[in-house]
Amino acid sequence: MDKIIFNIPDIEIFRGEIILEFSYLLAALFFVYGLKLLSHPDTARRGNLWSAGGMLLAMFTTIFLYRGGADHTTIKTANLLVIFVAIAIGSVVGALVARRIKMTAMPQLVSLFNASGGAASALVALIEFSNPDNSSALVTLLGLAIGSIAFSGSMIAYGKLDGKINDIFTKWMTYINLVFLAGVVVLVVLILMPDTPNKQLLVYALLGLSIVYGVSFVMPIGGADMPVVISLLNSLTGIAAAMAGFIYGNQAMILGGIFVGAAGMILTLLMCKAMNRSLINVIIGSFGGGGAGIDREAGIIKEITVSDAAVLLSYSSKVVVIPGYGLAVAQAQHACNEMEKLLEDKGVEVKYAIHPVAGRMPGHMNVLLAEADVPYDKLIEMDDINPDMPNTDVVVVIGANDVVNPAALDDPSSPIYGMPIINSHEAKNVIVMKRGMGKGYAAIENHLFYDDKTRMLFGNAKDSLQKLVTEIKSL
Amino acid sequence: MNAVLEFFYSNKEAIFIIALTIFLGLEVISNVPSVLHTPLMSGANAISGVIIIGGIILVGHADLENLSGDSNLLNLILGIFALFFGTLNVVGGFVVTDRMLEMFKKKK
Repeated sequence: MDKIIFNIPDIEIFRGEIILEFSYLLAALFFVYGLKLLSHPDTARRGNLWSAGGMLLAMFTTIFLYRGGADHTTIKTANLLVIFVAIAIGSVVGALVARRIKMTAMPQLVSLFNASGGAASALVALIEFSNPDNSSALVTLLGLAIGSIAFSGSMIAYGKLDGKINDIFTKWMTYINLVFLAGVVVLVVLILMPDTPNKQLLVYALLGLSIVYGVSFVMPIGGADMPVVISLLNSLTGIAAAMAGFIYGNQAMILGGIFVGAAGMILTLLMCKAMNRSLINVIIGSFGGGGAGIDREAGIIKEITVSDAAVLLSYSSKVVVIPGYGLAVAQAQHACNEMEKLLEDKGVEVKYAIHPVAGRMPGHMNVLLAEADVPYDKLIEMDDINPDMPNTDVVVVIGANDVVNPAALDDPSSPIYGMPIINSHEAKNVIVMKRGMGKGYAAIENHLFYDDKTRMLFGNAKDSLQKLVTEIKSL
Repeated sequence: MNAVLEFFYSNKEAIFIIALTIFLGLEVISNVPSVLHTPLMSGANAISGVIIIGGIILVGHADLENLSGDSNLLNLILGIFALFFGTLNVVGGFVVTDRMLEMFKKKK
């Protein structure tokens, strides 16, 4: 009897282990293939499903095949119950929030999900530190620190994007941040030394200090730099998950985490490039305020009536719409799409020019226009549309500001100097739809508005566009 | 120097994986058009929820019969939270990415 019990489970354990490892390999491949498909609009949706499938596979095989604990068994029924309840609650909450969120609030939501991923990594590392079987203290501590920083940083990013938290920046903030960061490193080293007493207490200190550092690190960053920070935090969460993966020697976690970390890092650098700033500059430099203004405020604002704008647009042959976050806030995407169709019926060529950092996160504007059924092949990237600008009859700037500010090209004192912009000032006519003369998100004066060929159409973007649509119809 | 060599040798598999994965990440992402940056970020974010496996292992192998010992109860509760947050990240991330991508259509 004893012999049989000893033999059969042995083979089963072996078989289960192989299937488990193989499923992790498959899951990792699914992640990579999924993200690869995500890089083209036609296949993107399928790609996301592949990644999700990989995750589901890894979850199920871990639940049913992973052996652990003192007795080296698969998960017991009571524990399974707890797992399923936790996963069920998390799934319902996650799916509900994801279904209901408005597309304009997408950046906040991504930050929030990122914060929860960071928190999960930090918690796993925290628990594993006190596990005597865990021999990889370094990765555990790194997972704890990076996860906590990603968590609190993302929460602050969420609060800022949601308008709940304002930027706080003073010159000494940079030094305080360096001190916090040094503190985190010192704590990690101290805990790693074999003779340090009270290690558990120091681990809690590391947790606390990392959370504080995450807050103080994101706090001073604002304005147009927000997309970069979201992407950077995303990358950190991936790295934290990979660190936790090393604790378990789990290939799916390591691969998935590092892959996301690397992808997030390259996306961060791409965005820095789009703004012509270095990552260091984004992290330690503040944004907004200052720059040109008062002394150059020469020029008069010239307004345009809705009917004049309608005539101007209808008799053009080439129109380029430059949407900004203001368009999204006013929920004017649909009215904008309607105007575009009317103009096309009149034989006007209409395109959209999308700046890489338009909106509150990279590519945000594309999502918002896609929501309004604008086909993505009408959305032209900045570098492709700029050579066409001098041949454009009318540029319609809707709720955008910094991305069309010529100060980025010719005013070295401007905080956005050097950032590539959409060269709307080269077009023959410019119509700017704006709520009022307030400054943009980055609070910088824009001289395009005072240009001779610029006409302002004040008011809520949605109202203005709807009036414009009615007017164009009646022509 | 010996310590470095030793570290490299004893972790050579992990180092191989990391190096190749970083390269793979760079390759896959650098060709993505900016149209897709938002879904890409949220999709990648969902993948970083792979930490959920850690949550499953922790909760799955917590000793439910001996919760009074050491800090077992605290660890179980923290583990459940980790699992919950991980699920939120995974499910929410994939669902919202799918919702965004559903809207990307070609001109008819």
